[in-house]
Amino acid sequence: MSAPETILSVRDLSVAFHQGGNTSLAVDRVSFDIRRGEVVALVGESGSGKSVTANSILKLLPYPAASHPSGEIVFNGRDLLSASDAELRAVRGNDITMIFQEPMTSLNPLHSIERQIGEILKLHQDIEGPAARVKILELLNQVGIREPEKRLAAYPHELSGGQRQRVMIAMALANRPELLIADEPTTALDVTVQAQILELLKNLKEEHGMSMLFITHDLGIVRKFADRVCVMTRGQIVETGPVEEIFTNPQHAYTRHLLAAEPKGAPRPADDSQPVVIEAEDVKVWFPIKAGFLRRVVEHVKAVDGIDLKLRAGHTLGVVGESGSGKTTLGLALTRLISSKGRIAFVGQDIAGRTFAEMRPLRRRMQIVFQDPYGSLSPRMSVADIVAEGLKIHEPSLSEAERDHRVAAALEETGLDPSTRWRYPHEFSGGQRQRIAIARAMVLKPEFVMLDEPTSALDMSVQAQVVELLRDLQAKHNLAYLFISHDLKVVRALANDIIVMRSGRVVEKGPANDIIERPGEAYTKALMAAAFNLEAVRSETISQ
Amino acid sequence: MSAVTDTPPVAPPRKGLLSPTNRRRWENFRANRRGYWSLWIFLVIFVLSLFAEFIANDRPILASYKGELLFPVVIDYPEEKFGGFLAETDYRSDFITDEIEANGWMIWPPIRYSYSTTNSNIPHSAPTPPFWLMGGEERCAGYPDGAADPNCNWHNLNWLGTDDQARDVLARVIYGFRISVLFGLALTICSAVVGVSAGAVQGYFGGWTDLLMQRFIEIWSSMPVLYILLIIAAILPPGFWILLGIMLLFSWVGFVGVVRAEFLRARNFEYVRAARALGVGNATIMTRHLLPNAMVATLTFLPFILSGSITTLTSLDFLGFGMPPGSPSLGELIAQGKENLQAPWLGLTAFVVMSLMLSLLIFVGEATRDAFDPRKTFR
Repeated sequence: MSAPETILSVRDLSVAFHQGGNTSLAVDRVSFDIRRGEVVALVGESGSGKSVTANSILKLLPYPAASHPSGEIVFNGRDLLSASDAELRAVRGNDITMIFQEPMTSLNPLHSIERQIGEILKLHQDIEGPAARVKILELLNQVGIREPEKRLAAYPHELSGGQRQRVMIAMALANRPELLIADEPTTALDVTVQAQILELLKNLKEEHGMSMLFITHDLGIVRKFADRVCVMTRGQIVETGPVEEIFTNPQHAYTRHLLAAEPKGAPRPADDSQPVVIEAEDVKVWFPIKAGFLRRVVEHVKAVDGIDLKLRAGHTLGVVGESGSGKTTLGLALTRLISSKGRIAFVGQDIAGRTFAEMRPLRRRMQIVFQDPYGSLSPRMSVADIVAEGLKIHEPSLSEAERDHRVAAALEETGLDPSTRWRYPHEFSGGQRQRIAIARAMVLKPEFVMLDEPTSALDMSVQAQVVELLRDLQAKHNLAYLFISHDLKVVRALANDIIVMRSGRVVEKGPANDIIERPGEAYTKALMAAAFNLEAVRSETISQ
Repeated sequence: MSAVTDTPPVAPPRKGLLSPTNRRRWENFRANRRGYWSLWIFLVIFVLSLFAEFIANDRPILASYKGELLFPVVIDYPEEKFGGFLAETDYRSDFITDEIEANGWMIWPPIRYSYSTTNSNIPHSAPTPPFWLMGGEERCAGYPDGAADPNCNWHNLNWLGTDDQARDVLARVIYGFRISVLFGLALTICSAVVGVSAGAVQGYFGGWTDLLMQRFIEIWSSMPVLYILLIIAAILPPGFWILLGIMLLFSWVGFVGVVRAEFLRARNFEYVRAARALGVGNATIMTRHLLPNAMVATLTFLPFILSGSITTLTSLDFLGFGMPPGSPSLGELIAQGKENLQAPWLGLTAFVVMSLMLSLLIFVGEATRDAFDPRKTFR
């Protein structure tokens, strides 16, 4: 069997951005080929230039701020970089299509599903009316939308994230493209949905004989899904080769670093003699739904519906589940940032009925680290001010010098250079920002820390470092962690016990090893299969 | 932990007056040449007008009388001191001038009229045109010795003519400019304080607070401001502070929308939640974490509100419901120009001054808006 023809060939492609007189090179002379029917993965951490590379294939970059100092992109014998706008429009959405990371924003919120897909058919194939509707239904069936007839008139906000991504895929497939560019198509989705979407893409690729350029930071997906892989860092492709070869015999140091970056290690062994830090019984958070003229409460959204938990000092309780399962709401209820019903005892004191002012003395002993290191630091305060804020409230008697000393010590402890503390958050990378957020919590010497997806916005290798840091801090200060995450790999590396949540209720709870190795419930099994093997499980318990 | 002990000194390194963000904004502001120059021109004129008493006044800045140093510009001396009988000295009268000159000296401001001084030596009935529109004989016709009179000099001639009460237009413009800008600034700052606080409370607490205040503002802002002014003007004597108070009752509403929206958006940010988890109180969160965000929108607004406030005062003066009679006011000058079409210098002066002042403020406002626009950096 001869090698299939090459349909896309990128040669010496560079991308430069000009901003305020400065020029920065985002992509530096990358070259790769995509053959017919092949899936090529571009792997790299954030800022490595993989999305920029993908966007320049269809010239979707903000020109003229972006420019191409060198290179050519040959698609079926035509150079796309020198093509006119009209030629490019004929290629875009027709021969080459793209799906993006964020299904929330890549669909127009004001158009129905039928209209969004119909627009593409009309534009490129001039199909309208009943003929278009038949075609749209066929496409929706292909991408696995249940009951497509009912979904035609739906608007994007009525669909779940996974369904929206399916609609995006349907739009991308409408013109039977030769090449599909998928830019992190599953990053914003739950693990179970991610597995389904990957399976769908794989099936569609085989049915249509498409080629695919798959951009991702997740090596698990690459291994499962791609034929060949290009590893990118700092705008350059450092290694290219068949997936098996790269994974078994990586040549470049960066590839080896990436492969070694998965969060590893085991949690500290459980010790039942430790005192209980936080204990909750039958915690409920119900949001009322009001309707009618008199705004009577007709129903409740049961975000958290009767949860019991107990967490000892030095232990980590992992809370896992899909998005919308009430994990974060549970965390906020335990830290009394939203009101809830049920008993919550923190270091032996009942805190369920306390007001904000009554909670204040306890606040220093319970701290929170949030998911988004970009959103959780006030952009107009220096790092020193951010970290010192809690000290000013809880230890007002400290002198300026003592406070500064404590801030420097906390930054040092979280692995940051204390001399950088007069800088502002935007001068730090995502991982460093998360360290700042951890320092802000640690400076108060808390006993209980709620970690709300602290690693999910970070690159894989940074995740591993943050997990490491959290484990060290726990050992040092005998901290109790409530670790909320959808990422089971990270949970496995940190948690002693796990609670699996679904629709506000506990599906399964127990020691972490038991749950991961021998899940009892169907839902947990599906979750584990999706997380560790990227396998979609056909089950009614899984959302689409 | 030993490394911590030799951390750098407590004080943050000096990086100049401005934070990096503000420095970038200042650079952006300066990049807009028109706005930058407008700001300087406006500031120079405004600062000069703050010292209007030293530029245009009917009394000397400094005088020496019988060996005593006098400051007539700041201290009222009774006329007895110089052998007269009035409670306040009229330094412009020949008698006093001669008396002081004979026993010492006087330093006059360049323009020897205050806003209310009547020129008793006008050549013919008021309003009289600017002196450079009249011949040498004609312009001094009102003085006892005609063109040879020593008082018929450029200090006493009316550069922009006189109004229909024989008052010097230039002096009135200088004082009128000052009072307009001061009124505008006072009104803008007061309404910003009230409006930002109201918007902040609404946006931060949301819910019923927001709902009730929003309805109140809707009702409040639909009140006919002009009629209310007319009614109040009939009861209270209009003056600077009363006008300011009445205008403030209605002008603060303009800020609420912007600030409220900004607070509504930002109160759900994670850093606000993080501050709450630290136990930070509501007032601190609002001022330290949320206000800086809202201030950007507010600052962008300010120059436009300022020019709006100035226009409001001018139009009230024009209609006769503004400052008390006799006050120097640009609106009153416009009204005079309308009454005296045969004296075009009145209307023209008012027009030029108003349009210059408002254009400068608008240019400054545009440059400020650009400076705070994050997208503008991509150039």
